[in-house]
Amino acid sequence: MACEQWSDRQGAEEYSTKLSAYVDGELDPTEDSLLGAHLRKCAACAADALEQVRIKRSVQMAGKRYSASPEFRNRIAKATSIASKPRRQIVWHWQILAVPALLLLIISVAVNFYVGRDSTHRQRVYSELADLHVAALASATPVDVVSTDRHTVKPWFQGKIPFSFNLPELQGSEFTLLGGRVTYLAQAPGAHLIFQVRKHEVSVFIFQDRIFGDRGEETVGSSSGPVSVLSFNVENWTQGGLRYFVVGDVAANDIDALSKLLRDAH
Amino acid sequence: MKVPEERVSAATFENLAMPLFDQLYNFARWLTQDTAEAEDLVQETYTKALRGFSSFQPGTNFRAWMYRILRNSFLSSRTGLRTMVTIEGEADENLLPAESSTPESILIEQADRETVQQALADLPVPSREILLLCEVEEMSYQEIAETLAIPIGTVMSRLFRARKALRELLREKIKGGRHGV
Repeated sequence: MACEQWSDRQGAEEYSTKLSAYVDGELDPTEDSLLGAHLRKCAACAADALEQVRIKRSVQMAGKRYSASPEFRNRIAKATSIASKPRRQIVWHWQILAVPALLLLIISVAVNFYVGRDSTHRQRVYSELADLHVAALASATPVDVVSTDRHTVKPWFQGKIPFSFNLPELQGSEFTLLGGRVTYLAQAPGAHLIFQVRKHEVSVFIFQDRIFGDRGEETVGSSSGPVSVLSFNVENWTQGGLRYFVVGDVAANDIDALSKLLRDAH
Repeated sequence: MKVPEERVSAATFENLAMPLFDQLYNFARWLTQDTAEAEDLVQETYTKALRGFSSFQPGTNFRAWMYRILRNSFLSSRTGLRTMVTIEGEADENLLPAESSTPESILIEQADRETVQQALADLPVPSREILLLCEVEEMSYQEIAETLAIPIGTVMSRLFRARKALRELLREKIKGGRHGV
């Protein structure tokens, strides 16, 4: 017990919490000056407060202990930066193109309700794939099967996803296969493959086309070439009942080149 | 770090979240006591925060929001579930001040950084986290209450209890060190 003033249990509890709050500068001005005045008169309580301050300072110094590795910091910074770009661009476009966009919106609503709905669905699918791409790159283990050999990566998916696919021969191209993982879209499993081209990673997603519904072709659509979505370039098509998406922040011609290699693998 | 409402539309997640990276990692590492787990936790925090950024309430405390996501992610992890069990049994007793002005209390001042770090690591997670939020992150009681989703009165009592536990651990370590020499 610090002093006679706080000798009963209730008083001691009140004193304990107040002293902590006093040391943290969290008391209201009246209570702060009252307790301050008491500490100036009472050596025992002053020693108590001093000890709390010492502990506070010790923890302040000792608590700043751990630093993340530069690699981990860069990984998070990169993932956050990529993912933040669309937000910035959307804001810019909204400000500059507010009036034309509004006109376009009115016209598009008037012309065809279904087109708008399909476009929203497509954007949602692309956004989800962009998230999967960014999340995988930010992960400590972006791929579960790590291999540049297509004859290792393809068999790894056997029994994990309900379909099979072909991977292209990459020798002589700029692309390198880094590996793959199982992923999910609309509660359906699919293959997520990661390729590298000039230090950029490109994701290839393969799902059964039927998970996009009867109107899959209308709602998700097949692009005739890469399209820019949320600052990523995306190309998608169907082939043999499977829907392929190639997603990356590389140039459109790189996305197109990888898409051609994948198409020709069949 | 309060975000004025009018600035929120222009403020990107990146600009708000990346300055918190070092302190979030330090906090995660203290909670998990493991480098790989801390990295997973920080990554999960950023991914969840990014996905949920549209639900962030403008004008509210972004730092407390990020810490709350990190802590909730930790609580739902295997390590978190195991280590936070003690918080359920928290009693509002034993709030009496520790004995002070003893020769040991003077020695606490001399406790080196490593001893304090060991004592902090030995504390139960609820005590460790509140001390880190208050002393290292220099959060106000209001911010701590928001982060831990507890009333300010509980912040005060838990903080006092944590300091007392740390003081006792330090005394034991200093005594043990002296006897060991």
